[in-house]
Order: sequence, then C-alpha cells, then structure tokens
Amino acid sequence: MPVSFRLNGELIEIKGELPTRTLLDWLRDQGLTGTKEGCNEGDCGACTVMVTDSRDHRALNACILFLPQLQGKAVRTVEGISSPSGAPHPVQEQMIMHHGAQCGFCTPGFIVSMATAHANGAQDFDDQLAGNLCRCTGYAPIIRAAEAAASAPIPDWITADKAATCAAVGHPAARGSTAKSATPDAAAHADKEADVAQPQSADALARWYQDHPEATLVAGATDVGLWVTKQHRLLGPIAFLNQADDLKRIDVTEDEIRFGAMATLSDILPVMAAHHPSFADLIRRYGSTQVRNAATIGGNIANGSPIGDAPPALIALSARLHLRRGDARRTLPLENFFLDYGKQDRWPGEFVEAVSFPRQPDRLRCYKLSKRYDQDISAVCGAFSITVEHGAISAVRIAFGGMAGTPKRARNVEAALKGKPWHIETIEAALPAFSKDFAPLSDMRASAAYRLRTAQNMLLRYWHQDHAAPAMIEEAPL
Amino acid sequence: MSADGPLQSTKTVHHALPHDAAALHVTGVARYIDDIPLPQDCLHLAFGLSEIACGQLDALDLTDVQAAPGVFCTLTAADLDRSADCSPSAHDEPLLCDGPIHYAGQPLFLVAATSQRQAQRAARLGSAETTEKPSLLTIEAALAADSRFEMGPRIYSRGDPDPAIESAAHNLEGQFILGGQEHFYLESQAALALPQEDGDMVVHSSTQHPTEIQHKVAHALGLPMHGVRVETRRMGGGFGGKESQGNALAIACALIAAKTGRPAKMVYDRDDDMIITGKRHDFRIDYRVGTDVDGRILGIDFTQYARCGWAQDLSLPVADRAMLHADNAYWLPHVRITSHRLKTNTQSATAFRGFGGPQGMAGIERVMDHIAHVIGEDPLEIRRRNYYTETDRLRAPRGVTPHIHPHLTKTDADLTSRGAESSAVPQDDPVFVRDSTAQKTPYHMPVEDFILHGLTDRLVQSCDYDARRRAIAAWNAENQILKKGLSLTPVKFGISFTLTHLNQAGALVHVYQDGSIRMNHGGTEMGQGLFQKVAQVAAERFGVPLDQVKITATDTAKVPNTSATAASSGSDLNGMAVRIACDTIRDRMAAHLAEEYQIDPSELRFKDGQVALAGDVISFSEAAQRCYTGRISLSATGYYRTPKIEWNRIQGRGRPFFYFAYGAACSEVILDTLTGENKILRTDILHDCGASLNPALDKGQIEGGFVQGAGWLTMEELVWDDRGRLKTHAPSTYKIPACSDRPRIFNVDLWDGENAEDTIHRSKAVGEPPFMLGISVFSALQQAVATCGPHYPDLHAPATPEQLLWAIDRARGVS
Repeated sequence: MPVSFRLNGELIEIKGELPTRTLLDWLRDQGLTGTKEGCNEGDCGACTVMVTDSRDHRALNACILFLPQLQGKAVRTVEGISSPSGAPHPVQEQMIMHHGAQCGFCTPGFIVSMATAHANGAQDFDDQLAGNLCRCTGYAPIIRAAEAAASAPIPDWITADKAATCAAVGHPAARGSTAKSATPDAAAHADKEADVAQPQSADALARWYQDHPEATLVAGATDVGLWVTKQHRLLGPIAFLNQADDLKRIDVTEDEIRFGAMATLSDILPVMAAHHPSFADLIRRYGSTQVRNAATIGGNIANGSPIGDAPPALIALSARLHLRRGDARRTLPLENFFLDYGKQDRWPGEFVEAVSFPRQPDRLRCYKLSKRYDQDISAVCGAFSITVEHGAISAVRIAFGGMAGTPKRARNVEAALKGKPWHIETIEAALPAFSKDFAPLSDMRASAAYRLRTAQNMLLRYWHQDHAAPAMIEEAPL
Repeated sequence: MSADGPLQSTKTVHHALPHDAAALHVTGVARYIDDIPLPQDCLHLAFGLSEIACGQLDALDLTDVQAAPGVFCTLTAADLDRSADCSPSAHDEPLLCDGPIHYAGQPLFLVAATSQRQAQRAARLGSAETTEKPSLLTIEAALAADSRFEMGPRIYSRGDPDPAIESAAHNLEGQFILGGQEHFYLESQAALALPQEDGDMVVHSSTQHPTEIQHKVAHALGLPMHGVRVETRRMGGGFGGKESQGNALAIACALIAAKTGRPAKMVYDRDDDMIITGKRHDFRIDYRVGTDVDGRILGIDFTQYARCGWAQDLSLPVADRAMLHADNAYWLPHVRITSHRLKTNTQSATAFRGFGGPQGMAGIERVMDHIAHVIGEDPLEIRRRNYYTETDRLRAPRGVTPHIHPHLTKTDADLTSRGAESSAVPQDDPVFVRDSTAQKTPYHMPVEDFILHGLTDRLVQSCDYDARRRAIAAWNAENQILKKGLSLTPVKFGISFTLTHLNQAGALVHVYQDGSIRMNHGGTEMGQGLFQKVAQVAAERFGVPLDQVKITATDTAKVPNTSATAASSGSDLNGMAVRIACDTIRDRMAAHLAEEYQIDPSELRFKDGQVALAGDVISFSEAAQRCYTGRISLSATGYYRTPKIEWNRIQGRGRPFFYFAYGAACSEVILDTLTGENKILRTDILHDCGASLNPALDKGQIEGGFVQGAGWLTMEELVWDDRGRLKTHAPSTYKIPACSDRPRIFNVDLWDGENAEDTIHRSKAVGEPPFMLGISVFSALQQAVATCGPHYPDLHAPATPEQLLWAIDRARGVS
C-alpha cells in the first residue's frame, strides 16, 4: 500500500513496504538515525517523533507506529526539529545551556517531545515527558531546559507543518513527492495488497471486516505494534482504521457521552476532565503522552486486557459497548463484554464501534496502583461510584482491573454497601466481600495478597476522601 | 568553584561548560554503534537463548532458523575451531553453550542474517533438546548447596567484635535484603566488526573497556592483540553494564566477520539485553551490633551474601568493595565482615555504579536506622555520633585545605614552560602512612581526609533539617493515612581500583602545525563528560580556547593497555595522563621558542591562545608552526599511575584507596499507608567533588546518580519466576525512575573544598559516589513507616509500594 506524508517538510511517497513496517525501522534505513531504538515497545520514548495533522501536533513512538498510520500527516524527526538551514530550536538551545544531555541517547526523543509540547503550548512537563526515560540526568536539568524554552516563540518551520497538512497532503496520488523504494525485507514478504485495507469510514470497515473476519484491526497500534516488534508475528490480513474519521467522534449530549472507538485517550482526556475529573487523572497516568496520543478507547476495550485502565472506570459509569458486524449493531453493558481471560463477547467480523455512558452526577473516583507512578501498568486499578442520599448508599458501582482475568465488577462488595448508612462501619463490614469477588494472581507487578488488601483499602480511601481527609499522596502539600 | 582565575578568557578547568557533544546530542547527529553507516553486505546477528536455567543441552535443531528469510548462517559451539570465552576473569563464560546450561537466557546459538529484524525473528525458531536439572536461584539455595566462588567466605576484621557486642549496653541484630538492579542504559549493547586484510579485525564496540574487548576478540580469533583494533566513540550509557557485558557481542561479530569475510553487527534487542546480561548483585546482609547507651557502635559483625549468578565475572572485586564500604562514614572499633560469593543459575551479576559499595553502605545505614529506632533518638544524631573523627590536618575552616602542594597552588605558575611541570607529576610518596593517628577503617586504612562533620553541619543548616523534622512530626501526629519521613545520610566512598595495577592510564596528544590539538586517552565516554573534562585540562595546559582541542574516539591503537573506564577513575587517571603528555609537548615548545627568542623558558607564558615571550606575543598557532619548522616533535604520550596505594585483598589490609569522596543527602518523603505509594518531596544534597573540574558536569553526575540510587532502593524490582526466568525484561515491567519521580524540590550544591591528595587540579572523582546519596530516600521511607507503630519495620529493598505496605503492618504489629 503506498503511503504519503511529509517528512521534515518534504512530501514523500513510500511504495512496496510491508504494512507492518514501523516508522522507526524505516527512518533508520533511510539514514535518519537520530531517532533511536531504546526498547522497541513504546515504553522509553527514544524514538519519539512529532506527527502533525490539521488538528494538532502529537508526540508518538515511532517504534510502534506502522507506516500506513502516517498517511496524510506531517512527520518531524529530531533531524527536522532544527530549522531547514540548521538553526537550533529553542528547546535544543536550552538543553545545551542546562546540561540536559549526558549520554545523549535518549536526547533526540526528549527534544522531539519537548518541541511538541512547546508547539502545543503545554507546560505540564512531568506529564509531557513521562514517556521519555533518561537514565543519566535524573531529569532535573531537562525540566529546567523545558521551562526555559517555554516562552520562546514557536519556530515557523514547526507551524508550517500544520498549514501544510491543512492544505491536504491528500492521498498517495499527491504530486511532487519523492518516491522511496522498498527494502529487501519487504521484497522477501510480498505485500499482498488485497489483504491490507485502510477504510475511510465505519461503513467501509464494516463491509471489509465482514469479508475478512480473520483480519487484524489496527487502531493505535500500541498493542498490536508489540505483536510485530516483540513477538515477531507476521500478521495476515490487516486493516488500518486511522482514516475512518467517523470512528473518532466524541458526542456529548444531554443524556450521554459517547466515544467513537478510534477516539484516542488524549482525545477523551479533556472531556473526562470536564465531567469526571478523577477519570481524567487516571487517563493522565495511562501510558505516556506518546501512548495516549496513539492508543484508542476502542482498542483499550477490544483487546480485553485484564489490566486496561479505562474499562473499570467505564464500568463504574454504567457504560455500554456498541458493537457492529456488517450493518448489524448491538449494545451490551461493558462488563458483559469481558467473558474470560482472553475471551470477549465479540463475533468474527464484529468490531467495537463506540462506548457510551449516561450523564450522571460525578461520584466517580479512580485509583491506579503501580510500582512507578507514571507510565506503568496497573497492579490494581479500582473505580468507585458511590451515591449517598439521606446518609445512605443509594447506588454503587465498583469495578477493578488487575484483580481477575478480566476487568470485573465487585458485585458482592456493592451488595454489602447498597442501602447501608454511609459510615466507616459500613465500609469495614463490606471489606470481607472483596475476597468473594476476587481471587487475584501473583505476578511481577504485585502479589495476590497485596492486590486484595489494596483493593479493600481503596474503598477506605474513597470514604476518607469523601470526608475531606487527605488520602492520596497527590493531595499532600509540600 | 568560582569563575575567577588566571584563565578567564580561555575558560577551561573549573568552569561549568556544556558536554562536548551536547550540540550533537540535541540534533540527533551524535553517532552510536547502530548509527554507523554500514558497508555493503553487513550481516546482523542475534543469539538464540536457553529457556531453562539449569541442565544440559542435548541437541540443537536449527533447521527452521536456517530456513528463515534472510538467514545467512548459524553458529554453535560445535562449529568453533577454538574456544570463544567472554569472561573478564575466570574463563568460565563460553560464548555459546557447550553442553551445560547455566541460566535462562544463556546464548545457545548465533544466527547471522541480512537484517537485524530477520536475525531476531530467526533466533526464536531454534529448537533445543535439553535435560533440565534443579536450579539454584536464591542466596539460600546456593548456601545450602555450598555453591560459591572462591573457597569459603572472605573475612576482614579488626579488633574483637564478639565480646564487644555481647558486653554492650544495647544489642541488636537483623537481616537486610537488597534487590539487584538492571542498568537500563538507553543504548543496548552493540558491536560492529569490520574484517581487514591479513586477518586483522577492527571492532566498534559500545564498551567501557576497549582493551578488554581487544583482548577477548584477539583470543577468540587466535590473533595477537596487535591484530585487533577497537574503537569506542561513545556509549549511550554504561553504568558498569558495559565493562564486561559487551564482550559476547564483539566476539560474536568478530567470529562471523572472520568466518564470512563480511562485516557483522550485533545490537541486542532490549528484552534480550535484559535477559542475557548481568545486573547489580542482590545481597543479603545479616548483622549483629553492640552499642553504648548513646548508640555508639562498640562492636559489629556483618555477614554479606552476594548473589553472583552463574559466572565469576567481576563478582570478587564487587564483593570486596561491598566489604570495604561496610563502614561507610562510621568508626567501628571492633568489626568483622564476612563475605559469601554465591553461585546461582541466574544472569552473571556484574559491575554497576558503586560496584558493591552501595550494598555495603546500605547495610551500615540500615544499622544506623535500626540503632536509632532502638535508642529512640533522631537517626542523624546516631549517625554523627558514630562518624569517624576528623584528623588535625583537616580540622580547619570549611572549604580550606591546609595541606597544599606549593607547586600546584597557582594555576598561572603551571603555565610557565618546562621546569615546573615535570615536578607536577606526582612522585611515589612513601607508601601507606603507618604511623597515622587517624581512626582506621576495618581494613586498617587511616581515614585522614574525613570532612563529613563540617559537611553535615552545613547541609543540616541549608536544608533546615531541625525545623522540618519538627514540622514532619506535627504532620504525622495529625494525619493518619499520609505519613512523612525525613532522613539525612552520608557517603564516604573509596576512590581507586582495588586491583592496584589498574590504577594507570595513558594518553596521546598531537599538536598540529596550525596549532590545533588532537587528544586521545584510554578513557571512554558514556555520558559522564569525561572527554570534556580532559579536554579542559589539555586546553588549560596549552592556554588555548577549548575548541582548539579535538576530542577523539577511544582507540586501542592509539593508547594501549588501558583500564576500564570504571571505579569513578576516568578523569583522575586520564586527566593526569593527558596533562603529562601536554606538558611534555609544551616543555619542548617552550625550550625551542626560548632559544629562538634568547630568553629563559621560565619567562614564557601559554595563555589566551597565545604565547607571551618576554614582551613579544605570538599566537599559539604561530608557535606551533615555528616548532614544526624548527624540527620539534609536537606529539607525545603521557602516562600516569596513582601513587600511595597498596592493597592485600586476602588479608584485608592496606590502603586500597588514594582518597575518599564524600557527600550527604537529606530527603523528605510522603507515604500513603493504605497502599504504600510514596513520593520524594524534597532532596538537598551537598557533595564533595574536590575542586571540581567542571561543576556543571559534576552536578549532572550527582543529580543523575541520586535518582538512579533512589530507583534502585524503591521502584526498580527484578523478578524471576520459580524456574529462573526473568519476568521483568523490558521497560513495561521493569520501572526505572521517570520524570515525575525526581524530588519535587531538588537542591544540589558542591562542597567547596579541594582534594587533600594531589589529583588532577585537586578535583575528586564523581561517577559513583552520588549514587549512594539515594540511600537517604530509603531511610526516609523507613522512618515514615516507623511512625505507623511501635515495632521495628524491618523494611527491605527495593521498597516497592507492596514492600512498604507489609512493613507498615510490621510496624503496627499486624501479622
């Protein structure tokens, strides 16, 4: 499948590459070796590139970004962060001035993340840079550099990308592009065009997927990417959903909030910040900026991971999942989608079209527990929505990730709370019910005992927070 | 250091200059092994790995590997004409399994393909027939099986600890478990071999030890060392992980290159890197202590157990250094340190920043907190009470070093030409001051340069320790769920290779006829800024601007027989060697110019890019040109060996260290007692770099070392399953500190003293010592836990949220 995009300001067209060729591998084969491979799984940020479309600038991990996902975008690598004539970007100047590079290997990724944040006017640097690991500096000088560069104007060669993509790069037929030939690797695996699709709408996807029910659907590739880079799987038929704009819709109506499956975690963050701030805080710790810019809400649900962070929170919000197969649609409570570990209620050829939940007063609190605060997979992720009326618990929904083979509701705990007075005694009396709901596993993230204990303690935390007692380290003053 | 000095116009030593490659780093053009443009036909390599931890390799079926797309050839141990050994010590590390399987992740075969991805894909397709045997994975299992390196335990002692402990007012004992640590250099291990005519080999290696690579590759190829040239421009991080762990890749590339005549490159995939290579040693430290009523240690007995993994590698000196830091900053009147080096079926633990020192030091700091808990006093008071005393010659106003060599006091005096310079080369002083009145370490070395009393006083003031300690007590009294802890811990770290003969270095300096200077030495650049520091030294000697000095890749053909860039020794050793080389050239230039101008050489000044000759001034370039046409050699080697050191590691006696580097950190943490989640709120550091060669680079080492040390003791957790397979083999599961894990408030200052010893510009080594400042975080967490209940929390490392929650239970007496 031919792909065209702007690379460091120049329009290019790529033909004959495998659809699962990663941008990182391709860039490095072009001699653009500033973009580094640190982990090849999207966890270190050394391969960060800036991807711009008419909407915004986004930092993405090139190691788990397939070439077709770049169709119509503008890509800047570290080589394109300086001006075309070689003048340094303000973040580059400040990184030198503040000694932000030591071994230098992570530095290109930091530079691109910093330049992207700079272009977006973002100054929450701990969040912006959570996806860039540095082992040398301890980060302090990098943050100093980012702060020092914040007030500098955005260089025109960066803003030019947005204008260029607004003018529509269009499709592979774009003129004036520089064709890049395929690498031997691709030649060895003849690219079967028929097995690769890039549907332009949900309808087109529905038709194609019904005919190719064995196909792999690629949304943000933050999970599928690793099938390729880490498991070395050769994927069969494959559809890239990034051109199906109607799947990216977010609808906030009087009754409900609905996220199209292709809405990224970054897309939904501001919506959640307005309606359920605790959910937004959870999303802020979901992966990293680079991962949230790629990962979709549909993907986070559809892959059925027991440790995905969005499902427990959505379940606590009484979310419903919207599935589609051809023209047939059905909806079901989200918790019912997860049947067992690795098994979902999804038919061949059926895909997640959207997830929605009713508008409701905000009683949601989400607690994510991991070894590292940022950019870590949850050991336990608990979501609680407890409504208290006249001193008694009138409604309660509690769901967890990391406690079972699927995201799961704590129905016994809910039953132990519902209708009871909102007292600490009620909470304490409900704690034993956790072991009826969950028999968690021990693994490298946490032991079963710790999971069970902290799941219980999260309920205590909810109670304390509801009574204005500081019960999270984020709430502590310096 | 102040910016004032005779060389203001040519900023060199003692100035906060950026890393020499900073502009290359930020634009992505700094070149690492994987970025080198490849010649045609380069092969890419990957290892096929063992999935079992212990047993026998009965048969290997590589049919599917060989049939995989792009595969050119495979290699097994049986295909080798001669043994290919990767060990830096005991020759116990075959490149490829030759029968016995020692750990899960051991390379069984090698595959060469036309691309890296093809090689990696094919390497998964091997089929190994094995007989699995019960594996030894833990310290306890190895002890039970008496599986160890060296015969029995090694013991260093002084005095008579047992009666001292037993008769003491307070007796306590405990056990401290310390996890290992993955280096997680951002650039994984890499090598590239380029076959040359006549069987020679050029190897580019991401290594801290090019000479070791040269030696091992030569051995594997059956060549004298002159047949192999190794070049290292830079590493994307090392931290000790590239002292010996790059051997396998370089050997593999060289073997394939020799066999096929094609270049060969190997870059580990991150997961392979973590599964194959060694890490920091995990330790168990048992202790028995006796103190007086005030918590002063009277006698102490440490038993250190190091989990060394399957091969000896560098484990003996690592375990030695752990013993040598079991005292840290404290006078131990009666002491015994017993060290067991245990052999297990896990990755062969290796060098990692601090090299055993952190484990030894964390042990005694744990003891300090334990004593404070028993006595019920501020742990800082217990620490200070146990500090070594300062000797008279150093009991002087802060920052002033009374003992200064006259010929080094004035930098401008150094700028004169020959005469003064050769005497600047440290002479071999009488070894080992035996009649010293200073208190002695457990290995009988007098501690003569101790500065921690004054340093601690100053940090206590600058971080407002006392007021904050009171405020934290008030917070803890009011808050039931969130608890705070505050701790100030010191560092005293010994500087020198404990293998004394490694304390030598060479340099090669050329001055070209246009006055530009090209500099080479045995040290390698891994981000620490060594090249810049040494270039600053060279520029200072010639009185030229820094950009006149070209920094070049480490190259075994330019400077031979180098030691690893390790043990924090880089600038101490190579800075001296370069200075000596520069001075040789400068003396020749001065002599020649003095003759031309008919003046005395002492009247010459090399300054501001010029040479001042008694009233006349010529540019350095012109001076170089005149020397060239005057047929003066403008190239010289420099050689340095550290004076005063001698060490008997068997007896545990001597002076293994030229000097000590000091520092202290005060960290404040907050702890969520419902989950064990925690955060560093503030850290204040005061660290001793002597007269810093480059305060900016040194501060970078301190900040980075601290965060890395804190990571080791908190979130970085290595987990193996019960079959010995590492489960945390990628950044998705092994968590090094991220941006938001640095202290919210982070104040770092340099102690403004000079090194009492005659080091390069009176600076001190800085690579490793700050790592151990991270112990303050662990100690602060321990104190936060201790506020939860009356019992001793017995916190172990890493203090993950889970470990902290269980420690809170222990403090409360909840089982």
